[in-house]
Amino acid sequence: MHKLPSASLALALLAPLGAWAQAAAEPTSEIQLLRQEISSMRAAYEARLQAMEQRLLLAEKAAAAPTAASAVAAAPTPAQTASPPPAATTTAGGGANAFNPAISLILSGGYIRSSRDPATYAISGFALPTGAEAGPGTRGLSLAESELGLSASIDPWLRGVANIAMHPDNSVSVEEAFVETTALGHGLSLKAGRYLSGVGYLNAQHTHNWDFADSPLAYQAMLGTQYGDDGLQLRWLAPTDQYLELGAELGRGRSFPGSDAARNGAGMRALSAHTGGDLGDSHSWRAGLSLLSAKAAEQELSLPDATGSVSTQRFSGNTRVWLLDGVWKWAPNGNATRTSFKLQGEYLRSTRDGSLGDDSGSAARAYRLAQSGWYLQGVYQFMPQWRLGLRTERLQPGTPDDGLSASDYQPRKHSLMLDFNPSEFSRIRLQWAQDRARPGPADRQLWLQYQMSLGAHGAHSY
Amino acid sequence: MAPTAIDESFTYTEHTMIHRNTALAMLATPLLLWALPAQAALRVFACEPEWGALAQELGGNLVEVAVATSALQDPHQIQAKPSLIARARNADLVVCTGAELEIGWLPLLLQQSGNAKVQAGQIGNFAAADVVRKLDVPGQLDRSQGDVHAAGNPHIQTDPRNIALVATALGARLAQVDPAHASQYAQRLSDFSQRWQQAIGRWNAQAAPLRGTAVVSQHKAFVYLYDWLGLKEVAVLEPKPGVEPTASHLQGVLASLKSTPARMSLHAAYQDPKPSQWLSQNAGVPTVKIAFTVGGTEGAKDLFGLFDDTITRLLAAGTRP
Repeated sequence: MHKLPSASLALALLAPLGAWAQAAAEPTSEIQLLRQEISSMRAAYEARLQAMEQRLLLAEKAAAAPTAASAVAAAPTPAQTASPPPAATTTAGGGANAFNPAISLILSGGYIRSSRDPATYAISGFALPTGAEAGPGTRGLSLAESELGLSASIDPWLRGVANIAMHPDNSVSVEEAFVETTALGHGLSLKAGRYLSGVGYLNAQHTHNWDFADSPLAYQAMLGTQYGDDGLQLRWLAPTDQYLELGAELGRGRSFPGSDAARNGAGMRALSAHTGGDLGDSHSWRAGLSLLSAKAAEQELSLPDATGSVSTQRFSGNTRVWLLDGVWKWAPNGNATRTSFKLQGEYLRSTRDGSLGDDSGSAARAYRLAQSGWYLQGVYQFMPQWRLGLRTERLQPGTPDDGLSASDYQPRKHSLMLDFNPSEFSRIRLQWAQDRARPGPADRQLWLQYQMSLGAHGAHSY
Repeated sequence: MAPTAIDESFTYTEHTMIHRNTALAMLATPLLLWALPAQAALRVFACEPEWGALAQELGGNLVEVAVATSALQDPHQIQAKPSLIARARNADLVVCTGAELEIGWLPLLLQQSGNAKVQAGQIGNFAAADVVRKLDVPGQLDRSQGDVHAAGNPHIQTDPRNIALVATALGARLAQVDPAHASQYAQRLSDFSQRWQQAIGRWNAQAAPLRGTAVVSQHKAFVYLYDWLGLKEVAVLEPKPGVEPTASHLQGVLASLKSTPARMSLHAAYQDPKPSQWLSQNAGVPTVKIAFTVGGTEGAKDLFGLFDDTITRLLAAGTRP
């Protein structure tokens, strides 16, 4: 069927050429030439018409198969399933773009207001790398991180994903770019490339899937907002009815609490275990325990001391972060369309063990510090499209064994969030926070934010 | 869609598979051994209750069916929750609607399952909508039109003739995935098809008085039902597919019903009945709750009950003076 029009097209294209050759040989017979042209055109059109008629006939047959029965309502019609089902749908349109990956674009931006200067933002007692992202972000109207996502199957055994983050300062970064196996079987999947680590609950989720505009203080202070790395991740799902997933990661350790250094070995190792299940139709839960271990070499830290002044120090050593996470969801009969509730909490404990030095030339001193923090949040969808959330969090900065930079100030923060979701592709969020991450008066923060999703349908991770 | 040849790797027996899993479990966590079930049945993971019921009809005791969703859940809006991931992990065959109905959760579920057998394109992945003619195929794909599905309306299970088509394809697929019992699947399929054709004849006769009846739908979920029974949809309560009915749109529907009156308004069991009830109070149009799938109402205990119950409810509302 396909060959017919293309053959006739070739004929139609070739016919004038032949005629032209003939005309060159016999310049006198112009009428004959025209005649030939017309007849070849007619042949071509007739062939095309025939092809179209055939296609129409087939389409009619296909359409008639299921409707034939409805024409005679009273009588049982044995013919209605006797006819073969119409050909399986072929959604691929063909052409050069038929294999284009699924493309999605997250657009985000908004307005941020804070009562204290975000430039002086610090989490008291927690040394962050210089230039680390912490706090509410830039004041005023601003674009937020926009994200371009591409994903597709590579071949029958692999799939690839890339997430490119576009920052408001016109810089671009690779948030994720990994390949993942799809055909290992036995519950195994292996990921390679740059990815968000699977430790904890919130870490593996993209910013636009968070229920609050910012990440919890504990994540900002102990994981550099969100821990992503270049490396390998192996996950294994147990063959049991109870969900049990074990994960192991090996990475470069390129970001805080690690630091990028040219080393042959791995700079980051992580292990995680998650389990979960249902309680009746209306409840489901997931809980997990993870350990992230990262190496740092000459990591520049901004260390605020008790008086509030900041000094730059260099940390070399090992950091271990334990994460305990839990999430519980409720929806009447499991139908979250109207109302639902989600309770989520995580506890992080970080121990840094190594040496700390500064630029003054004095010898580096041993440095050992255990810190911890937690957050607990609840998000209630009280009617379709509207959700209300409350988050409370607290950090324990711990006391370094050198006795210096000790402070008994405990950073804490409370946030209240209201969001409106006109559709599953758009969200407008209003968030208030009372942020006591640094001593002094509370930083009162306000977000008005939009998050929109274009293109390929994103999947909702649990 | 189904591959014509069975891949070599699928011919290994379940016995060896269990052995491999056992070896793995012993290596990783010996504690898990107690939980490892020694199953012989083909494990079917059905996305929606109707396909679970169909797989049970066609597989009998040869299959062990796990259904991911219930009739009271919106199949568009499910999350890839831990219990579902665990079940997809152990499935030999995943039976879903397809046509993008499960696009928000199934791809993620399959990715996280680590189960090579049920990935898209494998014989362990069956999409029912692939074998039926789809209605409402949008001419223009744009989200300004609401939650549209590129492949057409995915709610194919409301027409029993579609169930018959899917049964034929699913029967063949069961035999392909579990060739050792191919003849039994063929036997069960022919038995089911016979009973189903008789039932369709009965339903056609019962529903004859409904032909041409004007109805209002809450969601565009019943196009296949209307196509089968010859019902006429004169209004939809959702302004756009998947968009909650608004007060102004409902007022518009109320106004339009003055010129084109409807006999009843239909909503699926999983949907909030409020918009339909509002219409019932303001326009006197009776509300009909449609089971929509197996388990949606008391009467819809199995596939036969689903259509018995649907037609009974439609007749009860439609033949009222």
